[in-house]
Amino acid sequence: MKHLRPVNAKAQRMTEQAEAENDIVALQSGRSTAVKPHVPMGCSIVFSPGWEVDSAGGTAGLCQPVERDIYDCYVTCFWPAQVPDHLNNAPDWTAKCAVATKDWRNLDIVFP
Amino acid sequence: MTTYSTGDVHRFHGGGTEYVYLAGSGGIVALDALSAQILSRLEQETLSRSALVSQMETDGFAAMDVTEGIDELYQLHAIDDGGPRAVSSQSLPQEFPLQSMVLNVTNQCNLSCHYCYEFGEDKVATPEGKKKFMDWETAKTSVDYFFAESRGRKAVHITFFGGETLMNFPLLKKVVEYARREAERRHVSIDFSLTTNATLLTPSIIDFLAENAIGVTVSIDGAKESHDAFRIFKNGRGTYDVIEPKIKELLAKHKTRPIAARVTMTSHAMDVLGTYKHLKHTLGFYEVGFAPVTTSPNRLYSIAPAGMDSVLGQFQVLAGDYLEHAKRGEHHGFSNVSDTLAELHQGVNKALPCGAGLGLVGVGPSGDIAPCHRFVDSDAHNLGHVSTGIDREKQAAFLKRGNIDSKYDCHTCWARPLCAGGCHHEAFVRYGDTGHANLHYCDWIRAWTDTCLQIYGTIAAQNPAFLDHFSERKAS
Repeated sequence: MKHLRPVNAKAQRMTEQAEAENDIVALQSGRSTAVKPHVPMGCSIVFSPGWEVDSAGGTAGLCQPVERDIYDCYVTCFWPAQVPDHLNNAPDWTAKCAVATKDWRNLDIVFP
Repeated sequence: MTTYSTGDVHRFHGGGTEYVYLAGSGGIVALDALSAQILSRLEQETLSRSALVSQMETDGFAAMDVTEGIDELYQLHAIDDGGPRAVSSQSLPQEFPLQSMVLNVTNQCNLSCHYCYEFGEDKVATPEGKKKFMDWETAKTSVDYFFAESRGRKAVHITFFGGETLMNFPLLKKVVEYARREAERRHVSIDFSLTTNATLLTPSIIDFLAENAIGVTVSIDGAKESHDAFRIFKNGRGTYDVIEPKIKELLAKHKTRPIAARVTMTSHAMDVLGTYKHLKHTLGFYEVGFAPVTTSPNRLYSIAPAGMDSVLGQFQVLAGDYLEHAKRGEHHGFSNVSDTLAELHQGVNKALPCGAGLGLVGVGPSGDIAPCHRFVDSDAHNLGHVSTGIDREKQAAFLKRGNIDSKYDCHTCWARPLCAGGCHHEAFVRYGDTGHANLHYCDWIRAWTDTCLQIYGTIAAQNPAFLDHFSERKAS
């Protein structure tokens, strides 16, 4: 490396590895800078609940039952999920849910 | 179009050199003027590659050099291009042989320190109905188990702990002799250490410790006034006057290992500089380590946030003193700095805050295995028994809980390679969950890590040979 000088042991190993990688890349097409499409992780294999209720506090009458929409649909995917409006009305909705598998009970119901 | 932004880094400088700490890996690299300027530009705004290059050209750098610099920074994850990057969290190795065992030879103590995590108000131990002193049978089984489970290791370590360790000195002696023979037979090297309150030291014990090169850490909170505020006998009398002559004798006779002092800081004992001076220069300890008391926040002796700021200020002054010594190549006894520098120099990037439950276990007087000495005798944290071994499911659950991967709060913090969320036991006392990040001292950790980074950078720039002290990774 010309502009960065490794100082500690970890950085030393990282630069050695980066330089070794450069050798191989030079023989091929180089690192692509094109943005790759976002491929969401398969929704069905993760546990991530999402909660929404209708104006009466029920879930049965929703156009999609809550069981179909999960937390990850909303957070990492494009799906217009049945979860509270995280931008305007319930910005702290997930504040207490660091890990959905562990903390999903902290995802409270939000009343409209 | 690719746009660049700064990556997960913390910039610092020392000794006239600009550095960057790579939070994803623990690497430290020195920047030249060009790479520093690229980062400064990207701190202002995210920029496309071409915009970045042309801005840098107006700063007087050649386009060719700039593209090189961008690629180098990108390779080390100091800048991001918004594209996906594989962030693989390394799973723990299936087989992780033990390296250290802490043998709590007794859970009894002749003192009644208010803040004690073993007996005090925030205790986690449930010693009712359990053995108070470890017997020889249990100790032998523990040592055998330890050797069996440390297979493949060339060097292992046994620490004696309590209660007050020296209340069961006869057993300690026997264990040292037995473990030495076993180590020789198995062709591994072994060393020993213990922590004590020093009240029970006698000339013959000191001789034994010196002859066997047993490392000694003395719990002492400074000069008489601050020490006697909490470290008292059961009748309320302070212990300072009893231990002072014993410590002097220990330091005079025990030269085979450096002797350390370990200070518990409380609302009554926050004078870092005075305490250090007393312990290092008046008494003559080789090194002095400080740790704030482990407590729930409402205890009278807990240090309020404002108090921690003052402690940090004193830490920084003492750390400055360390730096002056290091520049001259001299030893300084402030071990909080040397411990951190050692980790920075290696570039550790921790999945777990410490080795508890992984390479290190604590064993209670009854032979119960705990993640570390602080959890010994706690039913809720029991990991097994030396006669039957570690319950792998419980161990896996404990380690998963404490892993940085599950501490969401830590994922955006640049200090996580060293901190990894902090002590499991502290977290349990504070939040009732060993896997909770210790959020109450985040600002403190970041400020302290930054101080140590600056010291590291200054030493690396002005006296790099000093860092050779830290080239060998500590055995324990």
